[in-house]
Amino acid sequence: MTRYILGRVVSLFFVIIAVSMVTFSMMHAVPGGPFDEDKQPLPPAAKANIMRKYGLDQPVWKQYVLYMSNAARFDFGIPYQRPTSTVAELIKDTWGITAQVGLVTILLAFGLGIPLGIIAAYNQNSWIDTIVTFMSMLGFIMPSFVLGTLAILLFGVYLGWLPLGGWGDTGCLIDRYFCADWIMPVVAYALAPLAIIARYTRSSVIDYLNSDFVRTARAKGLGERTVMVRHVLRNALIPMVTVMGPIIPDLMTGSIFIESIFRIPGLGKYFVTSTFNRDYPMVMATVLLIALLWGLVYLATDVIYTRLDPRVRLGAQEGQ
Amino acid sequence: MSVATNTGEKGISGPEPVTPVTLRKQRTLLQDAVRRFFQNRLAVLGLIIVVFFLSLAIFADILAPFPYDKADFTAVRVLPMVNPAYPLGTDEIGRDYLSRLIYGARTSMTVGITIQFFALLIGVPLGGLAGYMGGKVDFAVSRLIDIMTAFPGLIFAILVISLFGGGMWKVIFALSITSWIGIARLTRAQILSLREKEYIEAARCLGVTQRGIIFRHLIPNSLSPLLVAVSFGIPAAIFGEAGLSFLGIGINDPIASWGKMVGISGAYVRVSWHMALFPTLAIALAMLGFSFVGDGLRDALDPKLTR
Repeated sequence: MTRYILGRVVSLFFVIIAVSMVTFSMMHAVPGGPFDEDKQPLPPAAKANIMRKYGLDQPVWKQYVLYMSNAARFDFGIPYQRPTSTVAELIKDTWGITAQVGLVTILLAFGLGIPLGIIAAYNQNSWIDTIVTFMSMLGFIMPSFVLGTLAILLFGVYLGWLPLGGWGDTGCLIDRYFCADWIMPVVAYALAPLAIIARYTRSSVIDYLNSDFVRTARAKGLGERTVMVRHVLRNALIPMVTVMGPIIPDLMTGSIFIESIFRIPGLGKYFVTSTFNRDYPMVMATVLLIALLWGLVYLATDVIYTRLDPRVRLGAQEGQ
Repeated sequence: MSVATNTGEKGISGPEPVTPVTLRKQRTLLQDAVRRFFQNRLAVLGLIIVVFFLSLAIFADILAPFPYDKADFTAVRVLPMVNPAYPLGTDEIGRDYLSRLIYGARTSMTVGITIQFFALLIGVPLGGLAGYMGGKVDFAVSRLIDIMTAFPGLIFAILVISLFGGGMWKVIFALSITSWIGIARLTRAQILSLREKEYIEAARCLGVTQRGIIFRHLIPNSLSPLLVAVSFGIPAAIFGEAGLSFLGIGINDPIASWGKMVGISGAYVRVSWHMALFPTLAIALAMLGFSFVGDGLRDALDPKLTR
């Protein structure tokens, strides 16, 4: 087990190095830079000074080595677009909001998706099941910005119930938390993962409802409640860990679309402006953060899964 | 394979009185699949939607009442059903919204299909090579796939576009770079499992050349999962283009794009609701159509699935 985790960590390390190299060389491969005439008109002497200050006059490989060795000490540099703060501070500010959106969305998606899936499975082929299946199909297919736009048109413009955008600005229950402007982005954002979770829970529960040991449990006269909780759900919800794996980092790094539609000042929106301003340190830090988060969550998912389900052996995956 | 599945199936022969199996018309796997596809109501509905959008795309020049870039500055942001010349209203510089929507179909379909074409062009040879050759080639391709997977596709596309600029072909390029990964992984897995099948071994024993094995056995047998992957890949690519254009970094003006229309509409949403509603519905409908077709194909092409 320890050996397996070590191996995975080492390979994650190499993947992140490769990702950083690809990003860095891509950003530098195209002519032009963050302090070009069209972005920031400066006298040549001032430009040369700035280039020297940020080390942009060095050869690319030297810049890369310098950046990565600083990054290893958690120094991600200074964003060109806001030179008064550090990249770490800028990411902390923007990611704080993105993580808030993500966290509420995760709570909604799992808190509603799992019960809906269970109810649909338990009442298979009933009208509840049809509704859940239909909803999960819609959530599966519809892009979040389509749902977001439709929600704005209906609830924001036509009915006028909810604010059109912002985050923590209007109608808050507690100071800047649980606000009216949270509702639409979170619901629009949560529907896709909710659909996946509900669909997955439903099929997993149905599998176990038809299993031999559940029939045995019923045959020996256990109550329906006990059968569901102790025998069906306990087993059926274990595979959910593998579904949670990709969903959590996805939601925690935010959706550029949701942030853009609802004017939420989060990480995704900053990433787009950073790439277009050629803000090298900011782009590098964001990409590294996302790649690391994904890698770690995948690793954690695999480890937790083996803990919960002793039938799964980690070594076996290597042979695939 | 096809003969065996035909005789084994119930349901397909329908409710008519049982006739001796030998009298039943022989059907190939493909005919079977087509039959099953058309028995699936959602799949047929999806196909109708897809054909509808494809014909909009192909005949846009004939169908659209106005050219996509003709601006009428006397009729800016006209609401639908107000001016009979513009049944769906106009956009922020007075271009006919119906025409823009029709030409938007052309953009979406072109981008979606071209990206999947490139995904196949890169993914199938790479994945196939990795699966068939194994060893170092497999290692190299698999690591490349690992690295590309570590990039969220959209972030990579944004990065590429920020460097090379927007426009139809740049969008296709940016989205193609990441779209081949799934196809390559699928092809590799297919070839890996097929390689060990008995009939491949039999063919090898019979002295079929390597080339013959690849083209006569491996490729035809991996086709149906690939077809399903492509049919789900097209809406994903359409979504990718719409998303980039929505952010204002995809298709350049004056080319019409649904995603861009949604993106621009955000500034006028309080008054000009039609600017947000129609392109959003178009994207939703297109995604729905392609997804239904994909679901239908997946069910129809699986010979083990009898209904």
